[in-house]
Amino acid sequence: MTDLMKNDLMQRRDLLKLAGMGVAVFVSGTTIHAIGASQKRNDSFYFVQLSDTHWGFSGPNINPDSQGTLKKAVAAVNGLDEQPDFVVFTGDLTQTTDDRKVRRDRMAEFRDIVGQLKVKTVRFMPGEHDASLDRGEAYQEFFGDLHYTFDHNGVHFIALDNVSDPTAAVGEKQLQWLQADLKQMKNDARIVVLTHRPLFDLAPDWDWATRDGDAVIDTLLQHPNVTVMYGHIHQEHHHMTGHIAHHAARSLMWALPEPGSVPKKAQIPWNASEPYKGLGFRNIEAEVTEARYKIEELSVGGRL
Amino acid sequence: MNTKKIVAHTLWVAVSTGLLLEFMAMSSTAQELRKDEQVVHISASSFEFKPSEITVKKGVPVVLEIASQDHHHGFRLSEFHLRADIQPGVTEKIRFVPDKSGKFNFLCDVFCGEGHEEMSGTLTVIG
Repeated sequence: MTDLMKNDLMQRRDLLKLAGMGVAVFVSGTTIHAIGASQKRNDSFYFVQLSDTHWGFSGPNINPDSQGTLKKAVAAVNGLDEQPDFVVFTGDLTQTTDDRKVRRDRMAEFRDIVGQLKVKTVRFMPGEHDASLDRGEAYQEFFGDLHYTFDHNGVHFIALDNVSDPTAAVGEKQLQWLQADLKQMKNDARIVVLTHRPLFDLAPDWDWATRDGDAVIDTLLQHPNVTVMYGHIHQEHHHMTGHIAHHAARSLMWALPEPGSVPKKAQIPWNASEPYKGLGFRNIEAEVTEARYKIEELSVGGRL
Repeated sequence: MNTKKIVAHTLWVAVSTGLLLEFMAMSSTAQELRKDEQVVHISASSFEFKPSEITVKKGVPVVLEIASQDHHHGFRLSEFHLRADIQPGVTEKIRFVPDKSGKFNFLCDVFCGEGHEEMSGTLTVIG
């Protein structure tokens, strides 16, 4: 096990321990704080991140409810006491297929299902399953731009595409676009980067990396308040590169083992005694003034 | 041709011949060294490497000759910091000396289709 993996494991254990104590987990800079339940503050807002829904996947041993899991999560988000300001899907909306028509059928079905969300603002991002085989052609027909920015209540969000290039690169052109965007930002701007693959080398042997992720991170390091939310690895994971925190979300189709914990990456089989274990979505509360993000992991049904 | 020119010409021929023989000897030595290399031919196609199980000896130079049978694939062997793009029609040669024993995974790191995530293999280094 590498130092990076040990460090990640320690961070994860700390977080799990905190979660087990029934306290909220805040992540800010290089420190993790645990505090009691708090009221939503005037300078805060919250959004929901769903990821890796893989609509179109079929595998009874992995997820016998592959047709129902996403719908349950949509119902759970709709049932939240307070509706989020927006919802973001961080890629792998659909299961990949070599068939162009089936790809579009899956995207249409996915769009119809998430169209049931009460929340008006829903942001999408591609994963390699959606966009790598046609460089995002079908994805753009249904969901729009592959990379973009938006601002919300004092936070600048940057959706980065590290999947439409099948070599898992952001690419020089997008990197220049990112640099130009950041140049317009004040140095202390609150920045959240949304992406699919990890930007750092989490487990290159498992394809858990971005080929030119170092260049992206070097660019982001110029700003003191940057946090990255991503998907791809189908599990909760937290890691620091300098002062930048990277947080991976769970999947809504299947779970994967911890990086490096088994010789070969493989989907974790369905456990009938613990259905939907390891699957879920997350609420993220942004405290803008402190540039802190409270992450609350929820089950498919919306329970803590 | 005067005597000086004949001597100069003879010397030039002698030196040239000597250099040529030296070069041939060096080439021969290089060829002999190459005989020690472990050459492994790998075919990449959707969605497998053939062979997917490779065994080599520790400390002995290895040449992986990888060719794609269909479209763009990748080859990544992170443990030895090796990667290459495998394009159809081009045989990629990757040279390295395995300096540690064990089993190491390699994979295609260019998303190539429905079965991409199954496209991997194992390099076993013995000795």
